[in-house]
Amino acid sequence: MTADRISATFAACAQNGRAAFVAYLMAADPDIETSYLNLVALSEAGADIIELGAPFTDPMADGVAIQKAALRALAAGGSLTVTLELARRFRSVNSKTPLIVMGYANPIHRMGFAAFARAAAEAGVDGVITVDLPPEEDAPLRTELAAHGLAVIRLATPTTTEKRMETVANGSSGFVYYVSVAGVTGAGVGAESDISAGVERARRISKLPVAVGFGVRTPEQAAVFARISDGVVVGSALVEEVRAAVEQGDPGSSVKRISVVAQSLSNAIASARAVRSVH
Amino acid sequence: MTNAAPSGSSTTRPNTWAQWPDANGRFGAFGGRYVAETLMPLVLDLEQEYIRAKADPKFQEEFDWLLEHYVGRPSPMYYAERLTKHFGGAKIYLKRDELNHTGAHKINNCIGQVLLARRMGKTRIIAETGAGQHGVATATICARFGLPCVVFMGETDVERQKPNVFRMKLLGAEIVPVSSDTGTLKDAMNEALRDWVTNVATTFYVIGTAAGPHPYPMLVRDFQSVIGREAREQILKAEGRLPDVLVAAIGGGSNAIGLFHPFLEDESVKMIGVEAGGHGVDTPMHAASLTGGLPGILHGNRTYLLQDEDGQIIDAHSISAGLDYPGIGPEHAFLHETGRATYRTCTDKEALEAFQLCTRLEGIIPALEPAHALARVGDIAKELGKDGLIVMNMCGRGDKDIFAVAGHLGMKI
Ligand SMILES: Cc1ncc(COP(=O)(O)O)c(C=O)c1O
Repeated sequence: MTADRISATFAACAQNGRAAFVAYLMAADPDIETSYLNLVALSEAGADIIELGAPFTDPMADGVAIQKAALRALAAGGSLTVTLELARRFRSVNSKTPLIVMGYANPIHRMGFAAFARAAAEAGVDGVITVDLPPEEDAPLRTELAAHGLAVIRLATPTTTEKRMETVANGSSGFVYYVSVAGVTGAGVGAESDISAGVERARRISKLPVAVGFGVRTPEQAAVFARISDGVVVGSALVEEVRAAVEQGDPGSSVKRISVVAQSLSNAIASARAVRSVH
Repeated sequence: MTNAAPSGSSTTRPNTWAQWPDANGRFGAFGGRYVAETLMPLVLDLEQEYIRAKADPKFQEEFDWLLEHYVGRPSPMYYAERLTKHFGGAKIYLKRDELNHTGAHKINNCIGQVLLARRMGKTRIIAETGAGQHGVATATICARFGLPCVVFMGETDVERQKPNVFRMKLLGAEIVPVSSDTGTLKDAMNEALRDWVTNVATTFYVIGTAAGPHPYPMLVRDFQSVIGREAREQILKAEGRLPDVLVAAIGGGSNAIGLFHPFLEDESVKMIGVEAGGHGVDTPMHAASLTGGLPGILHGNRTYLLQDEDGQIIDAHSISAGLDYPGIGPEHAFLHETGRATYRTCTDKEALEAFQLCTRLEGIIPALEPAHALARVGDIAKELGKDGLIVMNMCGRGDKDIFAVAGHLGMKI
């Protein structure tokens, strides 16, 4: 289970000659019930791995889309506890799709690293990404998560030097998350050649799959990244669908919107490598 | 001082206070480097560059020269005879950092950081500001060195600190109002961090208080320690002895740590920080993170934070925009847990009263921030009695606050 579920998913995708589609949504956005339906919709539309954002008042590594999603979620009663409840509910109907909780350190610290690791494992979570726990600071959480077989996915970025890449990759489990551009989530996307070089840098050092995220919006961009990495993470573009639904006064319609967008991203990623070989 | 470890903490009694932070940027269990990976290499570089700068006599010379000729240091140590008489207890001295160029202690730190930015070849400066004092000081130094400057400021603060907003604009800075969440200092800091992560190659982030990821709490403390070093020398000269108590207001803690740090090894000297009590620490409307908060992780460091049961950050409230922050520098968290310094609070109302008292009795219009310290100085003077000796950091002047104060007093200007 747990970290194994992540490895099995990447292995299965690799065997099918494609990258994994990693989809991000904010837990409890726009409300707890719709958020659950959105998760199910994501998995049915072809998301191979789901990142579940835990809302935080001060998301300093996120762009406007995810900042607003966090505020919507908090206003709807979202919290770290609710995030784990959503995970548990999703897991009770889906035993296959890996679930990764992505968030900031303070709510986890407040719950207590040990208590969080236990609760996350019980909820069926497979891995954790904490944006503001760099390798220098993640050991206390990593130890607790490891005791429950949960992965700690570390971030590598364009500023991560060759030497640092070793530090990052060696303590990561599940996969390495390569951040395509120095910036916040939802910002512009980096140049393909730079990203490709970054992914290669990570691959040279780590045996883990390398997924690329930040700034992927369209199926076309997803396809580009799918050719050069083992997984493509899409967040802001999905979260924006929730915003659009809320702004139209029909939060429930986010389920349909998410389905449509996730399906087209999933198709683009699945066929990306095949398409290239035709050219 | 006791040797017992404080309950519920891994903080141990240090051998010497000067040894902190350790190699990991920790003051006991506080501090650290809790930043996104994109910033990590930069934060490590900054630490290396700071170590080199500290060992470079030229850097120190330039810093000292600017402090003397541009800021106007040393700032005087003033015996506040009328306040002393009024309270009827210990002798009260004011360390006059409000006389600095730009009107507060903030400029000491800005000079140090901008000199570091120049050494690192950075071509663009960003800063966050609450009251606008740090923004004005940063914009001032950027004008002096011809560097472009972008200041992030919460929308609420832009509104209540108009004179400083205009000042920054005159100085050539670009002001970015931040509307996310409540539009105060923490939101400005989030936005500054977002800008930094996006422009990491060219940009230096000048943090305005002794908080943030290591090495910021250390270097801000070092740059502000000029206050305590001067104070120590001046009070020895004036009174032939060390003070019994040092008092300073606490926002993020930079003026306080600047005064306290050079006295830490002097066991006889007590240190009292004054947090903003807002409407009272028994209400949700305050900014007293040590008194009313719990350890947590925000803005790069582990420290005391105002937070709820889920670890969500609670908005701070203070009449003073400069104290309106839900956290505190990690070294204060450490001094608090070890008991080396103690922390009290002062309400909005008490600060307003102290503001008026100081103005009438001494002809010194204090900023609302040090007015908080002054309110507690009255109590401490009585506790110490006539033989006592207090040094308080008058860390800023009140010109920036007169519009807000008029509003609170129900006057139109
Ligand atoms: C005059 C003055 N004092 C104090 C502060 C609070 O900051 P710190 O606690 O870092 O000294 C500010 C912040 O803006 C200020 O302007």
